[in-house]
Amino acid sequence: MSDTTSELQQIADRVVERARAGEQIEAFVSRGGETEVRIYEGEVEHFVAAQAEGIGIRVISDGRTGFAYAGTLDESAIGEVLDEARDNVQFGNADEYASLAEPDGVAPTEQSLWNDALADFATDRKIEIAKELEKLAAGKDSRVRVDDANYADAWGEAAVASTAGIRQAGRENGCYVSVSTLADDGEGDDAETQTGFGFSVGNEPSEFDLERAATEANDRATRLLGATKPSSKRVTVVLDPFVTAQFLGVISSTLNGEAVVKGRSLFKDRIGDQVAAAGVTLVDDPTNPKAYTSTDVDGEGLAARRNVLIENGRLQQFVHNAYSARRAGTVSTGNATRGGFAGTPGVGCLALSLEPGTRSQAEIIADIDDGLLVQQMQGLHSGVNPISGDFSTGAAGLLINNGEVGAPVREFTIASTLQRMLLDIVEVGGDIDWLPMRSAGMSLVISDITMSGN
Amino acid sequence: MIEQDVLERVLSSATKTGADFAEVYAEDKRSTSAGLDDGLVEQVTSGRDRGAGIRVIAGDTTGFAYTSDLSEAGLLAAAGAASAAARGGGGGVKTVGLTKAAAHRPNTIIHDPDSIEKARKVELLNRMNDAARAYGEQIVQVSAGYGDSRKRVLVANTDGVLADDEIVRTLLRINAVADGDGGMQTGYQSMGHTVGFEIFDTVDVEEMAREAARQAITKLQARPAPSGEMPVVIKHGTGGVLFHEACGHGLEADHIQKGASVYAGKVGELVANPLVTLVDDGTMPGEWGTLGIDDEGQRTQRNVLIEDGILTDYMWDFLRARKDGRPQSGNGRRQSYQHLPMVRMTNTFVMNGPDNPDDIVSSTPNGVYVAKLGGGSVNTASGDFVFGMTEAYLIEDGKITEPLRDGNLIGNGPKVLQDIDMLANDFSMGSPGTCGKDGQGVPVGDGQPTLRVKALTVGGTAA
Repeated sequence: MSDTTSELQQIADRVVERARAGEQIEAFVSRGGETEVRIYEGEVEHFVAAQAEGIGIRVISDGRTGFAYAGTLDESAIGEVLDEARDNVQFGNADEYASLAEPDGVAPTEQSLWNDALADFATDRKIEIAKELEKLAAGKDSRVRVDDANYADAWGEAAVASTAGIRQAGRENGCYVSVSTLADDGEGDDAETQTGFGFSVGNEPSEFDLERAATEANDRATRLLGATKPSSKRVTVVLDPFVTAQFLGVISSTLNGEAVVKGRSLFKDRIGDQVAAAGVTLVDDPTNPKAYTSTDVDGEGLAARRNVLIENGRLQQFVHNAYSARRAGTVSTGNATRGGFAGTPGVGCLALSLEPGTRSQAEIIADIDDGLLVQQMQGLHSGVNPISGDFSTGAAGLLINNGEVGAPVREFTIASTLQRMLLDIVEVGGDIDWLPMRSAGMSLVISDITMSGN
Repeated sequence: MIEQDVLERVLSSATKTGADFAEVYAEDKRSTSAGLDDGLVEQVTSGRDRGAGIRVIAGDTTGFAYTSDLSEAGLLAAAGAASAAARGGGGGVKTVGLTKAAAHRPNTIIHDPDSIEKARKVELLNRMNDAARAYGEQIVQVSAGYGDSRKRVLVANTDGVLADDEIVRTLLRINAVADGDGGMQTGYQSMGHTVGFEIFDTVDVEEMAREAARQAITKLQARPAPSGEMPVVIKHGTGGVLFHEACGHGLEADHIQKGASVYAGKVGELVANPLVTLVDDGTMPGEWGTLGIDDEGQRTQRNVLIEDGILTDYMWDFLRARKDGRPQSGNGRRQSYQHLPMVRMTNTFVMNGPDNPDDIVSSTPNGVYVAKLGGGSVNTASGDFVFGMTEAYLIEDGKITEPLRDGNLIGNGPKVLQDIDMLANDFSMGSPGTCGKDGQGVPVGDGQPTLRVKALTVGGTAA
């Protein structure tokens, strides 16, 4: 533990020491910083260097919960936050399941989450990297312009302590580069512009693959030039890895233990049922170092762990934090999520992935007579209802005819229900890609999706 | 929050490496929220966010740093970091004299929510829970949330601007889940205003709850939405988000200057059906997107973006206005002191047209009637947008008939503006929204009268 991390732990410890008889207290203290460089036409458009810190305190007394936070670690302010949290307790209702996480003896998997090389990386080099990425992306295709090229890194350290005996502290850092592109085609009324993006993530800048980021940003933008609106019909779709990862993100909200105990999940009474095609195994594993969101402990200080949620199509379990687990009559799966010091722990998957298959995207497409390769989904947040399962989203991609990708299409929607889509999975690709989100992606084939266009 | 002489010294210090411009944006925000779920008030939360963001511009480069330390030493340290980030070269110290403009406060606050007992806020949630559950036995779950905030902001810059504002926001939302033979369905209602707790003297919170319950129960009988292109009628007060997505974002000057908008270079051209007049107005008293000053210290104003179908102007912040040598439009906004400002909307709406809303439905032989929209998003470069319909019905033989399950609508901004062929005279503002752009969320309002789009793609599952 670094000196500054242990300082955060001491702050959290001191708050917990102030607990009164019959009172449970949890203090979460964090500090973090970021650098962000944006390049436009060879110049730095902006450079952000910043640091912030704060504390959130949860108090539970007689089953009632109160919470308060402040974006400062001033000693006097911390006293006020504790007073506010105590004051707030009286306005909540008593809930027999309300309680803090308790140590469960599971040891955290050792992870290397902190990289000194990144912490010491020179500012000038960060700017150079973003400039290099812009140059690479701009030089590939005369139709492509670069909208912006970015370098970003962030570090954070946090400590949590509680009267239940939790005491955990740690720090981590990471970085990524991203580039947004515009591809232009045609003139006047026929003028058309499509967008693309590419990125690369790493524990330190030496791990970036700038060439790949630039190529993907070019390909994504140019592939859709000349796209037309397709006719409505039912098709087999192949989701691109990035799209699959978004789809898994939606599925994860139906496997959330809190949604389940509150009767808001479409899978609430379905443990043991066949909810997906037989070849589908879905795992949440934050202990996998390849996952972008890998971590050693969850938001309540319990060890993060590997949880198999769906095995060979059968629903095995949900993910839980301490509260949802108590209500469900089980134990926490180490899936407490925390947005920072300003919020209390929620429940969520941390690093979700399907067990990959064996074939490449090209091999998969070669077997499809009439289908659609989906490269973008748009409006997922508004078009998917994780409670009813209704699924409808804007999409863009390429038609598949007789085993080959053909014309680009856009301005249409694809629709089904989450329940059906899981059962309609035909194949999981072998092309697993760990993306900068809470889920990994790979090509995913789903039959019988309604495509709505003309 | 910060003394004027301190601000002047910080701004001078920020420009001492020769930068052209420096700005201090400080805020002090207190908020309270409470959530009810599954019959219980789970928790009351209090928060305090206080800090300053310092922006320094040298040539075309912006340096930015923020700090939660509002002492002179803390501000000077952030100013040093921001000016180093902007890497201004050489030059002497700029003397800064600030002139404070008279306060401009479109929002009148009678009861500061901070002065209201928390028990009264919690009571609102319990009343909504009871009303929603009493509406029908199919209602199996209710969650509700209350939130208020009081934010003091102070903006000072080397152009001499010194402005402050106090923004009070009050929000209430409810989500009801109904369970039936065909599975679960949801209903949602929300209201939010830049006013104090007095809003609850006029808002009927039980009626809000019953409305959410009604939507959820109605949808238990819903059939899959049709798919394909068809006429779509959108009820007043729910379709403003369509214009926010379909053209609002494309009229933001940052997208225009980078050539990343379908509306670039089109001022003076007919871009919409002549029925359409589109306005962005940050001065509407009490609305969710209303501000006295924008987050760069400029007074907000009413900006007509499209008039009788002709594109009249874009929306501007400091940086983009400076580059084009024109005045700002009061559209510089940021999520908090930890964020850089950029061009954003405030309250965006379409003005009334000539038609009677009933005539619009009766003159539509077949199509979809959308009574409530969810969120949406747009690709400003292509103009393609999507938004969710959360309460919709079939129109058959000119009459609103069966309820439909949730689905998406998809279209292209410039095309949908041309395809609006009927516009009613029943304007109303819609629900409070949060606009996301470049990772930042800000409160926005929208509104519109009942209207018809002659062809829009409905993305349902019915064959």
